[in-house]
Amino acid sequence: MYKLKNTNKSFGVIAIAIHWIVALAVFGLFGLGLYMVELTYYDTWYKGSLDLHKSIGLTLLLLLIFRLVWRVLNVQPISESTVNWQKLSVSAVHFLLHLLPFALLLSGYLISTADERPIEVFGLLSVPALPPLIDNQEDIAGLVHETLAWGLIVLAGLHALAALKHHFIDKDQTLNRMLGRNKN
Amino acid sequence: MNKTLATVALALALTTSAMINAADYVIDTKDAHASIQFKIKHLGYSWLTGRFNKFEGQFSYDEKAPNDAKIAVTIATKSLDSNHADRDKHLKSKDFLEVSKFKEAKFVSTKIQFSDDDNAQVEGDFTLHGVTKKISFPVVKIGEGNDPWGGYRVGFSGNVSLKLADYGIDYNLGPASTHVDLSLHIEGIKQK
Repeated sequence: MYKLKNTNKSFGVIAIAIHWIVALAVFGLFGLGLYMVELTYYDTWYKGSLDLHKSIGLTLLLLLIFRLVWRVLNVQPISESTVNWQKLSVSAVHFLLHLLPFALLLSGYLISTADERPIEVFGLLSVPALPPLIDNQEDIAGLVHETLAWGLIVLAGLHALAALKHHFIDKDQTLNRMLGRNKN
Repeated sequence: MNKTLATVALALALTTSAMINAADYVIDTKDAHASIQFKIKHLGYSWLTGRFNKFEGQFSYDEKAPNDAKIAVTIATKSLDSNHADRDKHLKSKDFLEVSKFKEAKFVSTKIQFSDDDNAQVEGDFTLHGVTKKISFPVVKIGEGNDPWGGYRVGFSGNVSLKLADYGIDYNLGPASTHVDLSLHIEGIKQK
C-alpha cells in the first residue's frame, strides 16, 4: 500500500524518509555544533566531535542533492492551506528550508578548507579544498555558518509549529501525510 | 579588514612621528625581512609554531649611543597563522585572542640597555588581549651595514616567554602549555 513516489494527495515513502532523515541530521548537527564548541582541549570528544560534525555534514550534502532531484521528479501533494498568505509563506519557508542547508554546508566547508586542507569524511573519503577565496576566510565563514545555523533552526521550528497547528487546530492531513498515514 | 589596517596605519603614523630621531629605522615588513613567531608546547609532547603575518614597527638605534634606542611594534592579531584554519579560527576566537575585540597587540619599549656591542636587555609595555604588562627580554644585534640597493639596514632578534594567564587568556591547554614563546626577527631600513 506504500507508494515510493508522491501523488497529488500523499507523499511517497522516499520523500517521507528523506524528510525525517534530513530533519534528524539538521537538528543533530545543530546540537552537536553547539556542544562541540564548548568542549575544552582535554575533553575526549574535542577532536572526534568536530570530525563527526564534518563527516555527517558532507554526507548530508549527497542526500540534499538527491532530495532536490527527487522533488523535481515527483508531483507535490496539494497544500492543505487555502488562504493566499499561507500559501505564500509556505512557499517561502519551503524554499529557504531547501536553500539554507546548502548555504550552511558551503560555509562550513569554507571554514575547514581555508588552509587548503581537505575534509575527511568518516576517514573513508577526502573532500578536496578549493583555493581560499578571502582573507580570514575561516573567521568570516564561521560567523556565516553560525548565523545561518540559528536561522535554519528557527525556520525549522516554525515549520514544525505550523505542522502541529495544521494537525491539532485545523485538523487537516498536513502532518499525517508526512507520517505516511493520510486518512483521505 | 581595511578598517583594521587603517587603524594600524594611523597608530603607526602617530608613533612614528613621535619617534623621529637621528637614526630611525622602519621595520621591513613590506618586503618581509621581519617576522613575529610564536611557539607553544602541544600537550607537552612537541612544539606548535605559528606567526603573525601582519605587523608594523619602527625603532631608533645608533651604534654610538645604543642605550638611547627605542622600538615600537604593532601586531594585527587577526593575521595569526598556525597553518591550520580550524585552529586559527579557535585561537582568534573569544577562547584566546578575541581578535574581533582586541585588534592589536603592541609593544613599546621604555628602556634598552646594551651590555656589549651586540647584546641588550629590552624593557617595555606589551599589550595583548587588552592587558598591558611590563616585560623584559634579551635581544641580540645580528648585523648592520649597507644593502646592495643604496640603503642601510640593521637587524635584531629577541625572544620572550609570556604567561598566557597574565593576559587574561585562561583556556586550559594543559599544564605544559601555560606559556607562549614569542620571537621577533627584525630588519630595519634606515630612514633618510
